[in-house]
Amino acid sequence: MKHTISILVENHAGVLARVAGLFARRAYNIDSLAVGVTADENVSRITIVADGDDYTLEQILKQLNKLIDVIKVRAVNENELLTRELVLVKVNCTPAQRSELISIAKITEAKISDISVNSITLELSDYSAKIKNFEELLRPYGIKEIVRTGTIAIQRGSASLTI
Amino acid sequence: MSENKMTVAKAMVECLKAEGVKHVFGYPGAAICPFYDELISSGIEHILVRHEVNGGHAASGYARMTGKAGVCIATSGPGALNLITAIGTAYMDSIPIVVITGQVNSDQIGRDVFQEADITGASEPFVKHSYMVKDPSVICDVIKKAFYIAESGRPGPVLIDVPMDVQLMECDFDYPEKVEIRSYKPTTEGNKLQIKRVADSILKAEKPLICAGGGVFLSDAKAELKELAHRCDIPVVNTMMGLSNLDMSDEHFFGMLGMYGVKAANHAVRNCDLLILLGARMGDRAIVAMDGLENVEIIHIDVDPAEIGKNVNVTTPVVGDIKVILKRLLETVKDEKHTEWMNELKAVKCETKPVPAAKPGTVNPKLFICELNRQLEKDAVVVSDVGSNQIWTANNIYLTEGRFLTAGGMGTMGYSLPAAIGAKKACPDRQVVVLCGDGSLQMQFMELATVMQHDIDIKVIVFVNTSLGMVREFQDKLYSREIAVDLTGSPDFDKIAQAYGIKAETVTDISQAESAIHNMLSSGKPYLLQVIVDKEENSII
Repeated sequence: MKHTISILVENHAGVLARVAGLFARRAYNIDSLAVGVTADENVSRITIVADGDDYTLEQILKQLNKLIDVIKVRAVNENELLTRELVLVKVNCTPAQRSELISIAKITEAKISDISVNSITLELSDYSAKIKNFEELLRPYGIKEIVRTGTIAIQRGSASLTI
Repeated sequence: MSENKMTVAKAMVECLKAEGVKHVFGYPGAAICPFYDELISSGIEHILVRHEVNGGHAASGYARMTGKAGVCIATSGPGALNLITAIGTAYMDSIPIVVITGQVNSDQIGRDVFQEADITGASEPFVKHSYMVKDPSVICDVIKKAFYIAESGRPGPVLIDVPMDVQLMECDFDYPEKVEIRSYKPTTEGNKLQIKRVADSILKAEKPLICAGGGVFLSDAKAELKELAHRCDIPVVNTMMGLSNLDMSDEHFFGMLGMYGVKAANHAVRNCDLLILLGARMGDRAIVAMDGLENVEIIHIDVDPAEIGKNVNVTTPVVGDIKVILKRLLETVKDEKHTEWMNELKAVKCETKPVPAAKPGTVNPKLFICELNRQLEKDAVVVSDVGSNQIWTANNIYLTEGRFLTAGGMGTMGYSLPAAIGAKKACPDRQVVVLCGDGSLQMQFMELATVMQHDIDIKVIVFVNTSLGMVREFQDKLYSREIAVDLTGSPDFDKIAQAYGIKAETVTDISQAESAIHNMLSSGKPYLLQVIVDKEENSII
């Protein structure tokens, strides 16, 4: 089962290595990882999507809490979360195919970020399943390159994770 | 220049003094020289070990006897790397040590210069926390935090890596009285409701049992454990790390549980209806006793929430400091008697196995340890190594006010002699006796030089069977005999000791044990007894 874990950490050198190292040495699987600074520049937020049963999730949370640089850890139920990933997809595109791809972009609410004689680069920010679907739609044209970020997540409603 | 201005190296030493450090264990090298230069004139005694790893183990033995963090020091690169086994050993057994390492100059870090190693990276899996100090102004704060983190909550090793050029930079010495780490707030007070539940469970139980681990020492809760066992009439078993946290002459004491434990302890675990785990992380060797255990209520009291529910499914978790929780619990519990249950266990404890006669020219280690028990002072510190010698000692040593030390979690061979050095420096008035094997002695006997140089009166008993007994036993059961560990080529340890100027005797028959042990304990000097045991002797005897 997939779990989305939000971690507030001190914004020091080496903190990401400690967090990633913990997952590696205790054999927890990371599906995706995203890091960025928060409103407080001394604090970073790491969002990890991890795979595991309830026992594993409990252990992950407890072990993360033991790291001195970890300020707060929270795993929120999927349906209470707003999640986003960003993807950039460069696809083959002849001038004749442009209108087709532009209409795909319109329907999926993707942005056309770059265009050349024989390629087009589309940008989409959405949740994981939508991005997967987007990729499938583009595949027939020939994907030259695809770049995806890890998932970031925020709680729906007024609840927030702050220190 | 303000009078508080000094080099980082001097500030480091001043911080140690402010922390009350009297002894440190280490081995110098180029990258830590500025610090050593200040240490020499500081009044802090430096014990020069003969291998860095032993500085770490000595700090561990020291910490376990003082209850304060032990300090060990090494230089950059190989010096620091040699410490890793000691750091890992302390981590597994939750022993507070502060490790100070020199590092190459900060502008050379990452360039693979001479004696450079990424020690904060390499030690990361085994430290509670670590610091690399690049800014001279933070040194005092870092050292204060290091001691606080090492000693509080679930104790453990903290490493401070200081580049050589930083040691020579100037800083203001201002040792903080207190530290505040917003991301580190260990729970000490147990949840009141949970403590009430524990009291209710004890009242309901007909066959309650306490399994007391090393956490009882770490939170200094021996007296509270004893009071709980007595007032509620609850038998107590120990994990290896918990041995000697209850007076072994106490009628409530039933020995060590687990794979290498005693029958009475394992019988108690299998037949209890309430099991109270007290500062015991229930490692795999201990947990064997719980195989097939169902319908037993399990209470787990531990300062580290991550240990609760990790290896054992727990009915009632209580997170906090054992001493604090037991004090609360003792205010709530009612005095009880469990006579029938106690009698059942006493009957199992009384069952004795005949001790087979040793082959000519060898000594039965059980009988030898029994003779040692007769002669040891009440508050002796006994340090065992790892292997058969550890199990022989754990199951046969008899300590009332004494202390048993061993590397329970990591099972690090070569722990006993350096740990004993640390223990003796911590309590010079107590007898400190090492029991090790010929395998483990060969991993540490360079420290006999440390013993002589610093005049540290410890006694070493080495059981010689020219093999790694426990590994031999393991191979015997699982593989064919031909590959059994054979230590042929090992020296005569009697002569080795004498080469260091240490008096030694060899015991080849149990009839010599009484006088040999007497000579050793009354010598007033370091002493080594070489005890020849049968190669076929198993760990469970």
